[in-house]
Amino acid sequence: MQFMLLFSRQGKLRLQKWYVPLSDKEKKKITRELVQTVLARKPKMCSFLEWRDLKIVYKRYASLYFCCAIEDQDNELITLEIIHRYVELLDKYFGSVCELDIIFNFEKAYFILDEFLLGGEAQETSKKNVLKAIEQADLLQEVRHNYFL
Amino acid sequence: MSPSVRLQEMIRVIRSARTQCEERGVIQRECAAIRAQFRQADNVGRSHNLAKLLYVHMLGYPAHFGQMECVRLIASPRYSEKRVGYLGAMMLLDEKQDASLLITNSIKNDLSHSNQYVQSLALCTLACMGSAEMCRDLAPEIDRLLRTSNSYIKKKAALCAVHIVRKVPELGELFTTAAHSLLSEKNHGVLHGAVVLITELCEQNPESLAQFRKVVPELVHIMKGLVMSGYSPEHNVAGISDPFLQVRILRLLRILGRNNDTASDAMNDLLAQVATNTDSSKTAGSAVLYETVLTIMDIKFHVTHYFFPLVLSFIFGFNSCVVLFIRRSYISMMSLQKIVQTDHNAVQRHRGTIVDCLKDPDASVKRRALELSLALVSAVNIRSMMKELLLFLSSCPPELRAQAASGIFSAAERYAPSQRWHIDTILHVLTTAGADVRDETVPNLIQLITTANELHSYTVHKLYRALVADISQQSLVQVACWCVGEYGDLLLRAECDDTEPVQVTEDDVLDALETVLQSHMSSPATRGFALTATMKLSTRITHNVDRIRSIVSIYGSCIDLELQQRAVEYNALFKKYDHMRAAVLERMPVIDKTSPGHSKGEMTAGPVQERDQTQKQPAVETVSQESTNQVRV
Repeated sequence: MQFMLLFSRQGKLRLQKWYVPLSDKEKKKITRELVQTVLARKPKMCSFLEWRDLKIVYKRYASLYFCCAIEDQDNELITLEIIHRYVELLDKYFGSVCELDIIFNFEKAYFILDEFLLGGEAQETSKKNVLKAIEQADLLQEVRHNYFL
Repeated sequence: MSPSVRLQEMIRVIRSARTQCEERGVIQRECAAIRAQFRQADNVGRSHNLAKLLYVHMLGYPAHFGQMECVRLIASPRYSEKRVGYLGAMMLLDEKQDASLLITNSIKNDLSHSNQYVQSLALCTLACMGSAEMCRDLAPEIDRLLRTSNSYIKKKAALCAVHIVRKVPELGELFTTAAHSLLSEKNHGVLHGAVVLITELCEQNPESLAQFRKVVPELVHIMKGLVMSGYSPEHNVAGISDPFLQVRILRLLRILGRNNDTASDAMNDLLAQVATNTDSSKTAGSAVLYETVLTIMDIKFHVTHYFFPLVLSFIFGFNSCVVLFIRRSYISMMSLQKIVQTDHNAVQRHRGTIVDCLKDPDASVKRRALELSLALVSAVNIRSMMKELLLFLSSCPPELRAQAASGIFSAAERYAPSQRWHIDTILHVLTTAGADVRDETVPNLIQLITTANELHSYTVHKLYRALVADISQQSLVQVACWCVGEYGDLLLRAECDDTEPVQVTEDDVLDALETVLQSHMSSPATRGFALTATMKLSTRITHNVDRIRSIVSIYGSCIDLELQQRAVEYNALFKKYDHMRAAVLERMPVIDKTSPGHSKGEMTAGPVQERDQTQKQPAVETVSQESTNQVRV
């Protein structure tokens, strides 16, 4: 995976994870163009499109678009599953997740993503294990344990 | 107020700003406060200040002044600070920044930290944004971690190694042994990482690829376990046991089986098993089957061939929205194109579905459906297919018109059931998409018309009607002018078996040609056709020769050089060489497709050689020498 973007129906970015080195300017340009392209898609169109030299896989969950850019050899359908798995993880963690959760707790959304994907690839295929790891890491962050690891 | 509430409070304040200007004001204030906080040496809310900055950054505002703070936080002994520091590094730093080098040492230390969650932060960051230099520096550490007993760390180290190999391919050698031994792990996360790593090693280095072929049996064994095992709650997704791992294994098998008989044979049974045992009613199963089809189509042919029926039933077997994608995907089309070459009939059965895809709103689906439809045209289905293709042409996206027109011509040429059908088809294309056809269409059509002797009257009637209706499509107008000039007598005689004859006078016909000559829509080439046609009519009509004479003489002073030259020559034909005029403008013989041509795509009366008065042969009109067949699809 080259990058993942989460954005609202108004095109506001809620999360951006980049796995390729690009300048801030390039990232902004890509984001702007891709968001526009995806938002222009009609509801009946399929979740996959070709954009520049990448394959884009996207799915809308309530008011948020989850959008991944993958390479030629990557499997689009399993990417849909990856998106779905991430949504499930967020849902389990926040309890019926909604866009506001992701806005006000964006760092947590990143931490969860980083426990599921690493370097653009899935690192853990068991939902249970990802959630357990997040739980443990959160505990570590509690003020009590925070002094001098 | 605890620091994290302050972050959420800030977010709330920013969101409540009613205008962009107001938002900017709030953010400027916050950033100033954050900057001030950064400058303070010790500060309880350090991580929260950085988090605030990261939020602001996501809104699109500059945050580079936070880079050094990331470096500082990463070095902190507190986990909460490290966590945000590393997050900040991944968001604000990239390998192009100098600051990223400063965290190399922290990463190195944290990779060997006693707490696995700290190690995890370092591994994640390295895999996300590690530069080539950092990778070289830390590769031995990663190799060491690949051999630890901690699965949590091992799986992350494997993916970190993948990143390192992508950045610095020569380091691949370092990880080869460890990668291999990881395959005997039971932990799915580690297995997945191992498969991804081995895939990367094989892709980067053909020698590694050769070496890793020996793990095919192991991979087959793991896959079998996944496919045939009972329900495993931990890894189950819609009835499939760990589809993520299955897909990666299948992809690796594809790479190992390509161009290799032994490897391909070894996976034969497995592929059949996966295909028959995987329920594709949900995305997870479809993903696995999709990867299976990709593998089947890519490995040695003698295995692939056996699977054709399976591939076809997979592509056309289902109706779920997700599988529709598979049907239309590039790979499906590629597979179908391969299959069509060896087993035409098998794909023909599904022609209806493919033709339906011509109506899909998605332009890339349309393109593939067009390619495949053209590949499926045969003598048997030419009439019905052409109906669909012409329908497609009238509403297809502009970028596909040239390809569609070209493909239609090619198909019409190969399978036309009759000459009249052929001519009608070409005329239909010219009317619908005349601007998108290739240059040689005009001479090719003219050549075709000359060969269809019994249809001259029919053709000139049709073309005359088209000319009177619309003179904007240049190729159509050119052919029409040529026809009217050549067969105008048939038009005037108003006899036609195949279509309603028109009642036209000589003046009507000359009006039509003059309209073309004078219209600003006509290209210079088109006007050339019209002028020559007008001239030709001088030997086919009886009453209005004077009118033709005056038209021709007017153009003798035309500003367009080509027209002027012709007009002057035609004038000469009227004046000095009137005795030759009838012979020169005689009905053309049937043009041989292979006759030598000079000009590109233009049919002109060859200029009469003024000095060669003994020449009695009609000037041979030159035909384009370009491809006698239209472009192959």
